[in-house]
Amino acid sequence: MAEAGGVTTESLAGDRARAARTMLDQVVLPGEELLLPEQEDAEGPGGAGERPLRLNAGTRSRGRVVCGPGLRRSGDRLLVTKCGRLRHKEPGGGGSGGGVYWVDSQQKRYVPVKGDHVIGIVTAKSGDIFKVDVGGSEPASLSYLAFEGATKRNRPNVQVGDLIYGQFVVANKDMEPEMVCIDSCGRASGMGVIGQDGLLFKVTLGLIRKLLAPDCEILQEVGKLYPLEIVFGMNGRIWVKAKTIQQTLILANILEACEHMTADQRKQIFSRLAES
Amino acid sequence: MAAERKTKLSKNLLRMKFMQRGLDSETKKQLEEEEKKIISEEHWYLDLPELKEKECFITEEQSFLLCEDLLYGRMSFRGFNPEVEKLMLQMNAKNKVEEVEDEAVELDVSDEEMARRYETLVGTIGKKFAKKRDRASYEEDENGHIKPTVKVKKMFLKPQD
Repeated sequence: MAEAGGVTTESLAGDRARAARTMLDQVVLPGEELLLPEQEDAEGPGGAGERPLRLNAGTRSRGRVVCGPGLRRSGDRLLVTKCGRLRHKEPGGGGSGGGVYWVDSQQKRYVPVKGDHVIGIVTAKSGDIFKVDVGGSEPASLSYLAFEGATKRNRPNVQVGDLIYGQFVVANKDMEPEMVCIDSCGRASGMGVIGQDGLLFKVTLGLIRKLLAPDCEILQEVGKLYPLEIVFGMNGRIWVKAKTIQQTLILANILEACEHMTADQRKQIFSRLAES
Repeated sequence: MAAERKTKLSKNLLRMKFMQRGLDSETKKQLEEEEKKIISEEHWYLDLPELKEKECFITEEQSFLLCEDLLYGRMSFRGFNPEVEKLMLQMNAKNKVEEVEDEAVELDVSDEEMARRYETLVGTIGKKFAKKRDRASYEEDENGHIKPTVKVKKMFLKPQD
């Protein structure tokens, strides 16, 4: 059954499925099929009659492969659904499982995902819940009890128009997204209402991930300029605050522009700022 | 007239409990089997060959948290918001296991010192609540620490006969 299905999808796609290993860090387009490493041996050119002996026989037993954003499972293979670069991460901690494959794509429209930390704007207050606009197809609901130290008598001080930093607990295509401002232990850990002043602006989702990468130079350089505070939401929203309005605006402009600048241009701008 | 022709009783009537008390166990069993056949024939089922679902090793996740190690979203630089800076250290340290050792050393007061303080505290506070008679029995050490004295509780002495 799976073989019959595989043949039809191949004929539809028009080209042979390629090995995921060879396509790492290359551009993939929607509709391409990728073979996982264990399947190459059976379907490679010399594999029909012979099974080459391998020293690392452990690869025969498949670990759990996770297909991340931009990929879907089709039978035993991965089907690409977004265009971008294919990435792979080896599993840490003993190598259990086959690692994670995903497509590094760029988009501006956010789709709520469970576990993501986002910045939302409170748009309505109805009874026990707040309606928070997170940039998705519908506003997320936030219960007033989902704050640290909130009880039925002790309500949190949230008004319409406030900025909220929270995470999703329910986010799928069939239900209204729900978010909370506490973690699983009941502590706020930085979530909740974001303070006064500051500036909220929107960027692409890819830039947020680039800035939040562990070795991001942009943030290190920005941090040396002057005292400031930034909050990144995975829904493409960034909130910045500095001591004066001018500094806040400079910061917002840098973050928006750094997506399209090369490293040299960036360094020039930072050196100019440091002088002034 | 009634004895010549047996009145024809309906099937449902014959199936009722009071009519079956007179029957033998064999006829009862036959009746039960017939009933079960009727019921099972009425059940719908799919006439397909048995499909075995292949064990699949691929799971789908839509979240980027698994893919990339991202830092915590709230950041503060050069002391603008001290609480957020503390939070940054905490949250980013969760990703790295090496940081755990540093945290243990950073305690303000070590456990040994706490134990020592508590030992002497008992005596000092106890002195506050002691009555005048007991205060005389409190002795002081060289360092000024109160030596806790063991108080003998005065119990009721039963008079001997």
